[in-house]
Amino acid sequence: MRKEPVKVREVEAEKRVAGFDEVVLGYSEEEALTEASRCLQCKNPVCINGCPVGINIKGFIHHITQKDYKGAYFTIREKNNFPSICGRVCPAEYQCRKACILTRKGSPFASDNSINIHFLERFTGQMGINNGWMVPSETSEDLSKFKVAVVGSGPAGLCCAGELARKGIQVTIFESLHKTGGVLRYGIPPFRLPHSILDFEIDYLKKIGVVFKPNSIIGKGKTLQELKNEGFDAIFLGLGAGIPTFLGIPGENLGNITSANEFLTRANLMSAFKFPDYHTPVNIGRHVIVVGGGNTAMDAARVALRLQKMRGIPLDTTLVYRRSEVEMPARRLEIAHAKEEGLKLKFLVKPEEFIGDANGLVQKLKCVACELGEPDASGRRRPVEIKGSDFELDCDLAVVAIGLKANAILPKVTPELTTDKNGDVIVDPQTMETSIKNVFAGGDIVGGEGTVIEAMGMAKRAAQGIINRLLAPTSGTNLENTKGVGYANKC
Amino acid sequence: MTRIVEKSILGQYQGARITRFVITAEDVALKAKPGQFIMLMVKEEGERIPLTVVDTNKKDKTVTLIVQELGFSTKLLGSMNVGDSLYALVGPLGHATPIQNFGEVVLIGGGVGIAEIYPVAKALKEAGNRLITILGSRTKDLLILENELKAVSDEFYVTTDDGSHGRKGFTVDVLKEILESGRPLPKIVYAVGPIPMMRRVAETTKAANVKTLVSLNALMVDGTGMCGGCRVTIGSESKFTCVDGPEFDAHDVNWAELTKRNQVFVEQEKHICHLGRV
Ligand code: FES
Repeated sequence: MRKEPVKVREVEAEKRVAGFDEVVLGYSEEEALTEASRCLQCKNPVCINGCPVGINIKGFIHHITQKDYKGAYFTIREKNNFPSICGRVCPAEYQCRKACILTRKGSPFASDNSINIHFLERFTGQMGINNGWMVPSETSEDLSKFKVAVVGSGPAGLCCAGELARKGIQVTIFESLHKTGGVLRYGIPPFRLPHSILDFEIDYLKKIGVVFKPNSIIGKGKTLQELKNEGFDAIFLGLGAGIPTFLGIPGENLGNITSANEFLTRANLMSAFKFPDYHTPVNIGRHVIVVGGGNTAMDAARVALRLQKMRGIPLDTTLVYRRSEVEMPARRLEIAHAKEEGLKLKFLVKPEEFIGDANGLVQKLKCVACELGEPDASGRRRPVEIKGSDFELDCDLAVVAIGLKANAILPKVTPELTTDKNGDVIVDPQTMETSIKNVFAGGDIVGGEGTVIEAMGMAKRAAQGIINRLLAPTSGTNLENTKGVGYANKC
Repeated sequence: MTRIVEKSILGQYQGARITRFVITAEDVALKAKPGQFIMLMVKEEGERIPLTVVDTNKKDKTVTLIVQELGFSTKLLGSMNVGDSLYALVGPLGHATPIQNFGEVVLIGGGVGIAEIYPVAKALKEAGNRLITILGSRTKDLLILENELKAVSDEFYVTTDDGSHGRKGFTVDVLKEILESGRPLPKIVYAVGPIPMMRRVAETTKAANVKTLVSLNALMVDGTGMCGGCRVTIGSESKFTCVDGPEFDAHDVNWAELTKRNQVFVEQEKHICHLGRV
């Protein structure tokens, strides 16, 4: 008889909304062994095709079944530098688990019965942390004379830095904020990715020689040319997609309407949930509306619920999304968690106008109902407004989470850096080299808003591109816009 | 690590205080141009606060900042002393003021906004402009940089709200007289100060059809364009003060909106100030 999937332990909803502690507790050894034993060890492991970086999933799960956790860890590490991070934040239900043979054919995301690959990955990552397993460095004299600057300390930057440092290259990461980690720090809340896990991975990089320079805004402070003049042989740009998009509807600049980036940055990076011990404030309302259907929207909504709870306000946070639940790009796990925590969801709703009070604060959101029409470019059915269906929702705090675009600070002052019409940097898809020789890029600044693992995948490719370039300084490049490569999860 | 190397009190009156700091900040000292700002955190648990770069010293790699100790975080900064380290500082941020030879320029500084007028005045003077400078403050003891600005100005006026120094009244009164005096109109007016002052200047110069730039002090979190908390409506467009500004055409600014947006955290500010932890 086929075994049931092993449920992961979680803090119960009522308790967890009272704070920012981690929600998912992860597998114990026993649980991991049971779950791993469910893997069919397919001859043709299709799950691997579902992984953006091609982790040998079958292999690492086999190691777990043999209690060879170190083997499992190093198998993952061949392709993924940060299993403890990806095991927590990867949208596995759209990737490896969706590809798993146990997922029903044609299902839009993984079936519950598919192997919980991400929880096994997380378990393995945790074993790595607990035991201090380090992938042996392969320093070579050829490479250790080189210096590489990495701009941005998000998933792409961290991954690229790790790859290069392991080869003995001297790497310096420049980060514009005061803390490193990029979106892993300011965007993803600690209840999904505890800062201690992120700090562990960053400390690991420090141990293998990576130097971190926070408070360094390249393009405003130093330019790329100046970095080169300082002796950096190559530069990797992991700038991310840091600029929030707004709806562009009337009333959007009223008080207490924020981007998800602002709301999350205040709460996560600046620890505003600990105000006044931390000095940055964040407002919360009695009737919070979050606009959007992606992971950022879920994060914002779940932060809003927590802030309401922590400040003794009856929970009332509503997410409005213009399509229906199946089309939501958010992780299914986050949607389920958010519902358990009390999030209300309103589908097929399109915001039309924010209405304010006499003090210029938002008071209501005027919406129109939609129905689903023909599929659009993303393959999902397009929302079509229903005439005359306008209605109003109470709203004294709104969070707009409808997507991000490329940060233009560096490209603006670097005209030689070719970008496309979205402001994304154009690269040679094989090497990730940009229009400027010895300058590489990866992550959201290349592909548009994507996932952590996709960013890491590009960063790894870029690291190889950098190494090849350093060893063969004269080979040519082939510029091409890689937009669309694996980046389909749009709102 | 950023360290305070000089500190002096420029103005003090009843509870109010304006303090000048010289701090180490290599990148900023080498790069900052008039009109640009930095973000600073006093402590790890602190806020990121935007402050104008008043002066730079490339040799010592230091920058001068002037802060009015108004809210919790600026008071916290004011409590720091020479030798103390600050947790974080990044910059220079924002666009620099466009400096060229316009001909005749009117510069208006109100309160701590005078600190921002000063580097702009020096640069405009160097570019060959004729400068008419109008400074305003609540009272004599809060007026800053008077001698420094006098030295670079061709015409110089001071107003105080209470008449304790210079003319009693407001900077905009002097501006009106100049615009109505029948002499050739200035090519451009540049004003930095409290929102009501900038707003009145904007109304006055709009009527006279004189181009006017203002530097906006919207609330900021990161200062690098990633949050949109600093957005302002300019004409019919929404702009981010930190990366699209901080200077904008005064005639296009939606002043009412900016005024209200800057009030959204007053309750929390009151709360943290009452705790009296500085
Ligand atoms: S302060 Fe965050 S975008 Fe300007």
